[in-house]
Amino acid sequence: MNSFKKNLLKKRYNAERRFQWYGKIAIGLALSFLAVFMFQIFSKGYSAFQKTWIVTEVHYDKELLLIDAESPSKDDLENADYYDVAYKAMTSLDPGLPEEEDRQLIQMVSYKYEAEVKDLLLKNPDYLGKIVPIKLTASDDVDQVHKGNYPRDIPEQNRRVNDYQLQIYDMLNERGDILSEFNISFFTSPDSREAELAGIASSFMGTVFSILVCLAFSFPVAVLAAIYLEEFAPKNKFTDFIEVNINNLAAVPSIVFGLLGLGVLLAVFNLPRSTPLVGGITLSLMTLPTIIIAARASLKAVPPSIREAALAMGASNMQTTMHHTVPLSMPGTLSGTIIGLAQALGETAPLILIGMVAFVNTIPGTPVDPAASLPVQIYIWSESAERGFVEKVSACIMVLLAFLILMNLAAQIVRHKFEKKWS
Amino acid sequence: MSKIKAENVNVYYGSKQALFDVSIDIAEKEVTALIGPSGCGKSTFLRCLNRMNDVIEICRVEGSIKMDNLELNSRKLDVVRLRENVGMVFQKPNPFPKTIYENVAYGPTIHGIAQSKEEMDQIVETSLKKAALWNEVKDRLDEIGTGLSGGQQQRLCIARAISVSPEVILMDEPCSALDPIATAQIEELIDDLKKEVTIVIVTHSMSQAARVSQKTGFFHLGKLIEFGPTDKIFKNPDNQQTQDYITGRFG
Ligand SMILES: Nc1ncnc2c1ncn2[C@@H]1O[C@H](COP(=O)(O)OP(=O)(O)OP(=O)(O)O)[C@@H](O)[C@H]1O
Ligand SMILES: [Mg+2]
Repeated sequence: MNSFKKNLLKKRYNAERRFQWYGKIAIGLALSFLAVFMFQIFSKGYSAFQKTWIVTEVHYDKELLLIDAESPSKDDLENADYYDVAYKAMTSLDPGLPEEEDRQLIQMVSYKYEAEVKDLLLKNPDYLGKIVPIKLTASDDVDQVHKGNYPRDIPEQNRRVNDYQLQIYDMLNERGDILSEFNISFFTSPDSREAELAGIASSFMGTVFSILVCLAFSFPVAVLAAIYLEEFAPKNKFTDFIEVNINNLAAVPSIVFGLLGLGVLLAVFNLPRSTPLVGGITLSLMTLPTIIIAARASLKAVPPSIREAALAMGASNMQTTMHHTVPLSMPGTLSGTIIGLAQALGETAPLILIGMVAFVNTIPGTPVDPAASLPVQIYIWSESAERGFVEKVSACIMVLLAFLILMNLAAQIVRHKFEKKWS
Repeated sequence: MSKIKAENVNVYYGSKQALFDVSIDIAEKEVTALIGPSGCGKSTFLRCLNRMNDVIEICRVEGSIKMDNLELNSRKLDVVRLRENVGMVFQKPNPFPKTIYENVAYGPTIHGIAQSKEEMDQIVETSLKKAALWNEVKDRLDEIGTGLSGGQQQRLCIARAISVSPEVILMDEPCSALDPIATAQIEELIDDLKKEVTIVIVTHSMSQAARVSQKTGFFHLGKLIEFGPTDKIFKNPDNQQTQDYITGRFG
């Protein structure tokens, strides 16, 4: 081999090696971005899955509860006055404190502490007249102190927890009366102005309802459109025009669909504001082209020989389509649908426009109840200054990501499990 | 007796003409072989007989094709009924990705031929037996048809085609994907079938045409050059081109 040829060969090998390296570097970069992102989210968010409780004692004193009856009924307990009992439960932590300073102790638990005191008695009516231990939700400030997110060594006036409260906290902590448990209420409570009480139940249900509505509207329409365009429509300028426009639709920024929802669904059809019904229909405008494109691609992928076989057996166009082509294209269509829904799941802008950004502190039971959605919840919480919401934002992102991963997994499974191999 | 009578059939794909004035008489309960070099229009002609060219949007068929005095090349023809009477077996086996049973039962189902499950079972069994496949698949009728070997798939397609008892079966190079043993089985099957059905078969194998057919038509560049009894075409053709083709001098 002459030296010229040798050189050429060497160059070729080097070029290939270089190219492989570029590829590896690109993948490495992408993965490290992902790792940093995940680490950020997890390190910030994992503590939101822990909830801090303060344990104290409550005396269900009949006199303070203003209960007269000998053996009070459920109603009596329901209507009793818990203000003093609850107040005393907190102030008893430091009996020496002058009365005008009581607020400092009360501030250490959530403003719902009175309701928590009431709930315990309603669940255990035999506690009446007794002194029993009770778990109260710590205020988000105490919560953050306990999680180590608040520095304690800065000057008192810059702190949200003052020296006296820190002292009480330390005392309780030493006694083992500060508990840290899995934060069930994060999943079962609706949103709240108070970080320690806020949960994702309303936004989660809002997302679920929106996605279901979106599926119910977009799937049938998209599949019918795809079947018609692919199997029945004549191929002419007009259908070409429609095809181009469907592809364009898939590229329209989602906020435009939000405006459409606002202008048409709310203004013209007067559908209820801030509801998953409107949100879902708006999102379905977005998923529609995605599903149509996926469905058409998988219809196209059905080999023409199958159609010919059916037609030659004397099946009509309709029978060929419904008995053979459509069932064979379903795995692809379904996985495309799930991916379209997963995209819709993360949409924020159109939902904000149709009012799903409203503060909702009830859990929606139907698609026509006001609700938020997970991405909008992330947006709302990230606007809040309190430290308690920072970890909630990350936790909410984790839930959203888990949802997305599950859906993509489902798409993969559908694709692989039900895909038919033809000859 | 003539079963199908084609007169002056011209076929165009867009502006390109694929068949030129083809006239042919296909006799009932006989095997007619169509031979000719690649691209000469054999498949195109075959597909005229069950209107499969309808599927190709740019395809246009002119002329008259009569089956039992029914004009096939007419807008008013009920294509579904025609295809129930004229079955087709394709070059590449194309069973449905469904079970073996469902493959054979599909035609009888959509045409409402069987009244009961027992009747359907009977149809499936006889069709598979006629296609010489029954013994190989009788214990696994609920397996997917596409899981069979190539030869078995082709016989399944034949079983599917005869399940609706068509009067005519069109075969487009049915053995081109098969080994000699499977080919022999199918040729045997064709011999059997011709007692009841009219068969038109496209083939690239001269020997196959000679073995199975009673009449042979030779196509070249879209024209039917010569048509007549197979014996005559192979032993003593009138046309020089035919002579050259069957002796392997071109094509
Ligand atoms: N779908 C189509 N669109 C356009 N032209 C076609 C189409 N099908 C066939 N043709 C043309 O028609 C002519 C005849 O084709 P045909 O398939 O009938 O040939 P054939 O004799 O069956 O060939 P082969 O032996 O290779 O199968 C060819 O020139 C081919 O290019
Ligand atoms: Mg052909």
